Amino acid sequence: MRKALQKRMEAQKYVWEGAIPLQIHLHESQVTTLPPPPPALILAPRIGYLPLLVPLIKPHFRSTLPPGVDTIWFEYRGLPLKWYIPTGVLFDLLCAEPERPWNITVHFRGYPGNVLIPCDGEDSVKWSFINSLKEAAYIINGNCKNVMNMSQSDQLELWHSVMNGRVPVRLYVWGLSEDFDDLEDISQVDSWEKISYVNRPVEIHKEGKCFTLHDAMKNLLPEFFSDESLSDSKLAGVDFEDVQKIPSEDVSSNKVVEDRGQNAYEHREACYISSSAEIKLIRIQGIEPKLEIPFSWLVNNLLNPDHFLHICVCVKVPQ
Amino acid sequence: MMDVCNWDGTVSAKDFRIGALSFAQKWESLNSAFPPWSWVPCPKHSWLASHELLQEEGYLSLENICISRPNEEDIDQNSQTDPGEEETSCSEKEDDIDDATLVQSNHHELHYCDFHVVYSYTFRVPVLYLRAYCSDGRPLLLDEIEKELPACSSKELPETKWAFITQEEHPYLKRPWYKLHPCGTSEFMKLLFLGGDTAQPKLEVVLELYLLSWFSAVGQVVGLTIPCKMLNDR
Repeated sequence: MRKALQKRMEAQKYVWEGAIPLQIHLHESQVTTLPPPPPALILAPRIGYLPLLVPLIKPHFRSTLPPGVDTIWFEYRGLPLKWYIPTGVLFDLLCAEPERPWNITVHFRGYPGNVLIPCDGEDSVKWSFINSLKEAAYIINGNCKNVMNMSQSDQLELWHSVMNGRVPVRLYVWGLSEDFDDLEDISQVDSWEKISYVNRPVEIHKEGKCFTLHDAMKNLLPEFFSDESLSDSKLAGVDFEDVQKIPSEDVSSNKVVEDRGQNAYEHREACYISSSAEIKLIRIQGIEPKLEIPFSWLVNNLLNPDHFLHICVCVKVPQ
Repeated sequence: MMDVCNWDGTVSAKDFRIGALSFAQKWESLNSAFPPWSWVPCPKHSWLASHELLQEEGYLSLENICISRPNEEDIDQNSQTDPGEEETSCSEKEDDIDDATLVQSNHHELHYCDFHVVYSYTFRVPVLYLRAYCSDGRPLLLDEIEKELPACSSKELPETKWAFITQEEHPYLKRPWYKLHPCGTSEFMKLLFLGGDTAQPKLEVVLELYLLSWFSAVGQVVGLTIPCKMLNDR
């Protein structure tokens, strides 16, 4: 028992201490000195957010900035980076072939307010984080209350309750129309339109068969799985015909079961895309887990501090 | 079938879609003078054409609603004697060169708002998103919106009550919008149907009326309960 706990703590340490080496370049439009300043080299925590690095970056470029008010934002090869997505997730999603260090560009002017939500620094990040945490708490507990005042024992209970209900998941799906053998050959993400954001809890039941990552993906992206595979295995352990037989003790989960039954039925009506559509890559905390891995392991070890499991997926779609 | 008194105040995505379509139809039939709500289908993945997926997602949309009210104070300052001469006295004043003129010319600028009702998979309830802008397209900030829709302001909606406003990315349009937080929605929806002493309705009836009832509560916050009230106020 102690060994298992120790292993879990190791895995969590790995997640919490994971970092991405960044090489941050000042955008040429804001360089006022010759020679231009060298890029800032920063080790960014995976679980952190880019605006929190500003106190390290600003002094580095202070002497070369044009006068005026700073509105700081980051960009990777022309794509403005969404500051409310954890740094590690941005890296896993946008850098198909991991680039080390990751070369990104910082801007101090010209905030793209039509694309990015305004960011007033640390407060905005804190607010966004707390909102996500409340959302996760609602998914796990059924209410938003007392999230900030949870004791250690409450938090442990939170972990245990997760596996018999809903799991907070944020899925980022990058759709590619080209086939590829090598990750290096993939074209760049040049617009957030190419990435669909699925903010939907995964619903699981602790029943018999182990619920794997594969099961979770079928739950989240049923359109990428053929009818055969859906009818063979039960979706989240519940078959449509069984829904009628389940006694209505716990009503809210009963509704969940009914929904899943409904969903399973609707999925069999073939919203399946085509046989040439397939999931090519799944990344969580920089790891590409095997599909057979128990989903509970991922939930117990790879959650972000906001209690969400952030999953980056790359799919190939028919033209 | 589940008993309505055990109902937790939430709906499934499918019930939301069905309810939204019937809500849009009912609205059009009851309020034919006003711009109707419309259902906007959206593909789950923006890079996939929607006809490829049978299961359609989407949201309810009501756009270009004028939320400006003529400011009583401005009118009193402008008019010399007869309130009926408001319009003309404004244009006369524009010839004067002083600060007051600059303020007055601004009061002709109209503000508009778009409203979207989107399903939340987290909270399993509808959520109201809104976006306000000037006639030239410039987006309004929250404090400007609060002036036009005072019920939205943080003073009127303390966090401990059932709703507050945050700025977030629209789930489908991926642009910054304002969202009326849905944290307490399931609770007040439950109260709405089960609060009274009268006989409790069947669950099917509840689900059919869900969106209409949700809207009657939430719409008030943004002055949408009766649209004509908002346009013709004062």
